Amino acid sequence: MNYLLKNGRVIDPLTDHDGIADILIVDGRIEAVGKNLKAPAGTEQHDLTGVVVAPGFTDMHVHLREPGFEHKETIETGCHSAAAGGFTAVCCMPNTQPAIDDPSIIRMIIERAKKVHQGVVDVYPVAAVTKDRNGKLLAPMIELAGAGAVAFTDDGAPVADAEVMRRALEYAGMLRKTVIQHAEETSMTKGGAMSEGFVSTALGMPAMPRAAEDVIVARDIHLVRSFAAQYHVAHISTRGAVDLVRTAKRDGLSVTCEVTPHHFTLTDEAVRSFDTNTKMNPPLRSADDVEAMKEGLRDGTIDVIATDHAPHSYDEKEVEYVYAPFGIVGLETSIGLSVSELVLPGILTIAQLIEKCSVNPRKILGLPELRIEPGARANLTLFDPAKEWIVDTQKFKSKSKNSPFHGRTLTGKPLGIFNNGVLFLS
Amino acid sequence: MPLSSRHLLGLDGIPSDDIKLILDTATSFREVLERPIKKVPSLQGKTVVNLFFENSTRTRISFELAERRLSADPVNMSADASSVRKGETLKDTARNIEMMKIDMVVMRHAAAGAAHYLSQVVRANVINAGDGAHEHPTQALLDMYTIREKLGTLQDVNICIVGDIAHSRVALSNIYGLRAMGAKVSVCGPRTLIPAEIDRLGVRVHYDLDEAMAGADVLNVLRIQLERQDRCFLPTLREYSQAYGVTPERLARAKRPIVVMHPGPINRGVEISADVADGEHSLILQQVLNGVAVRMSVLYLLGTAN
Repeated sequence: MNYLLKNGRVIDPLTDHDGIADILIVDGRIEAVGKNLKAPAGTEQHDLTGVVVAPGFTDMHVHLREPGFEHKETIETGCHSAAAGGFTAVCCMPNTQPAIDDPSIIRMIIERAKKVHQGVVDVYPVAAVTKDRNGKLLAPMIELAGAGAVAFTDDGAPVADAEVMRRALEYAGMLRKTVIQHAEETSMTKGGAMSEGFVSTALGMPAMPRAAEDVIVARDIHLVRSFAAQYHVAHISTRGAVDLVRTAKRDGLSVTCEVTPHHFTLTDEAVRSFDTNTKMNPPLRSADDVEAMKEGLRDGTIDVIATDHAPHSYDEKEVEYVYAPFGIVGLETSIGLSVSELVLPGILTIAQLIEKCSVNPRKILGLPELRIEPGARANLTLFDPAKEWIVDTQKFKSKSKNSPFHGRTLTGKPLGIFNNGVLFLS
Repeated sequence: MPLSSRHLLGLDGIPSDDIKLILDTATSFREVLERPIKKVPSLQGKTVVNLFFENSTRTRISFELAERRLSADPVNMSADASSVRKGETLKDTARNIEMMKIDMVVMRHAAAGAAHYLSQVVRANVINAGDGAHEHPTQALLDMYTIREKLGTLQDVNICIVGDIAHSRVALSNIYGLRAMGAKVSVCGPRTLIPAEIDRLGVRVHYDLDEAMAGADVLNVLRIQLERQDRCFLPTLREYSQAYGVTPERLARAKRPIVVMHPGPINRGVEISADVADGEHSLILQQVLNGVAVRMSVLYLLGTAN
C-alpha cells in the first residue's frame, strides 16, 4: 500500500526542515517530500492540514510487564497503547518475572511485538544490568546486546553497589551501550510513599528525601568521570540531580537524563487527594523541582522525555495510599502533557519537543536515525498540536487505567503513526 | 447548627466553628458523665463499628464507652480477628460490614490517609481514630477541651508539643486544631524527630526543652517509641530522657505555671518522670475523662445530623 500524506507541517530537526509539505510513501519508504505531490493510482491519501508530521517518537522508558505481570499489561496491549500515544518505538524495562536477563527473553519480546498490528511499534528491550536484577552479578551483556538489548538497567531498583556499578559501566561502555540508572539510595527511602517536604509533613506520610536521588547521581557521575562510560539517569526528578547532570555535561562526560511528563506537570500537592494514582517512584516533588525540570528541558540538560509508563491493575491501586504500588500509565498522555506544559508556555518549540521525544533517545540508545527525506524508511508520528481533548482513562488502549490525569483537558493530541510500512490512525 | 462535614477525618482545614461546637457539646456530656446513670438515648438504634487495624486499648474503650453512653450499639472488630489477615482489602471489609446496615465507623489504621479512603468507599459516617502518623482528631479535641477547661480559653495560649513529632498523629491534629482556635504552638524534640518544613504549619521549632518551656503554658508530652533507636532517630533512651524528659526540676525552673498533658500510654521515667505524671501539674487523667465526653460529642453531632 502506498500513502500520500498531504498538507502536514513536516518538522524534522535532523534535516532542519519545518514547513508544510506532502509526503509520498511507497513500500514503506519516503519517495518524495514536497508541495503538491501527485500520487500514483491506488495511493491512499490523507489530508493532514494542521497536523505535525514528525520523525517517529521513541519512549525509552516503558514497562510492558510481560513476561510475568500480564494482568497489568502485555506486549500486545502495551504496543496498542504506544501506537495510540503516538510512539513508533518503545523500550521495555527488564523488571519482569523473570527479569530480562537472558537472550531468550529478549527474542521472545521482539517476536511477540512484531505480531501486534503488523509490527507498527518497534519494541527495543532494555536488559537487566545484573542477573535477576539482584544488584550482585552482571548479566551477560554481550549476549543480551547480541539478542537485541539496546541498553542496561535494573530499573525499579538502583544498582546500589558502587563496585558493581563501576564494572557495569565499563562492560556496557565497551559495547557502546548506556547504563540507565534508577537513582535511589534505598537506605533513605525505606517505607516512603511520597517526597519528603512540607506536604509529607502535613499528611504525616512516610517520605523519601530528594537527597536519596541526588547522592546516587553524584556517585555515578564520579564513576563515569573515572571510568569513561555512557550513563543515563532515568526519570530525573530533583533540582539537585539536574544540577549534577548539567555540570557533568559541561565537563564533557557522556551523561544524559530523561524526565517524565508527570514530573514536569504535577507537584506533591497532588498527593493531598490521597489518590493512589499520584504515587510513583520517584515521587512527585516540590514546585521548585518542577521548575528545575522545565529549566533543564529548556537549556538542554534534560535530553529526553520518557513516560515511565507503569501499568497497575485497578485492584492493585484500589488500596490505602501507603500500600499502593508505585507508578502510572503514561504513553497516551505524553504528547498532550508535553504540548500543554512545555510547548504552549514557550519552554520548548515543537522542534525541540521532537528532539526530546525522537532524536535524542534514539541517539542515546544507538538506534537508527530517523529522517524525513526521500529514500528514508518512513517512521513518523502525527499529532495535532492545537487539538484540545479531555483525558478519559476508560478509552486508554493500555490494559491499565492508573492515571492521575483522568478528566484533565490537554492541548495536543496524537493522531497516528507510520512505521514498518503500516499506517495506524487513532 | 450541624458540623460542616459528615465525617471527622482530621482537623486539617476544619472550621473553628466546628471545633467550638464539638467542645461546647462535650461540656454537656461531661455533666452526663457525673450523673448516677451515665446514659442518654441520643443514638438509640444506631450501630457503630469500631474497626481497629492497630492495637489501641485506650482509644477503643473510650469510643466504646462513648457509644454505649449514647445508647448506640457498638460492634468491635480488631485486626487480630479480622479477615485482613486472610488478604481482604479495606474496601471489601468496609463494604461487607456496611451491608449489615451500620451507621458509623470508627477506624484506627496504620496507613496515613486510610480514613479518607474509607470515607470514599462507604456511606456511613467515618470517624478517624488515628491513621498512621497523619491525624488523630478526637485526641486533639480532648486535648483542646482539657486545656480550655483548665485555662478558660485556647486563644493565645502557648502549647509546646514535646517528643517524636515526626511520627505523631497526635502532634499533627493538635497543631491543626490549636492553630484554628488561635493558640500558639511550638514543637520540641531532637532534630531527627522533627519533620521537614513543619514551621510552614505555623509552629515554632525548638531543639532545647528548657528554651521551649520558657514561653509555654502547656506541655503536651508524646510517648517515645522504643524502636526509634533502630533507624538512628535516637542514640539511646537514656540520653533522650536526660535531654527531653519532663521532670519536676525542669518545671520548677520555668518562669510561669505550666500544665502537663500526655496522650498515653506513658513511659514513666523516659519522656516524663513519675513525679510529674502523678503530680499537681498533670492533667493526664483529666484528659482520659474528657476523652469520653469529647467522643460522645463527636458521635452525637455526626450521628444525629442525618
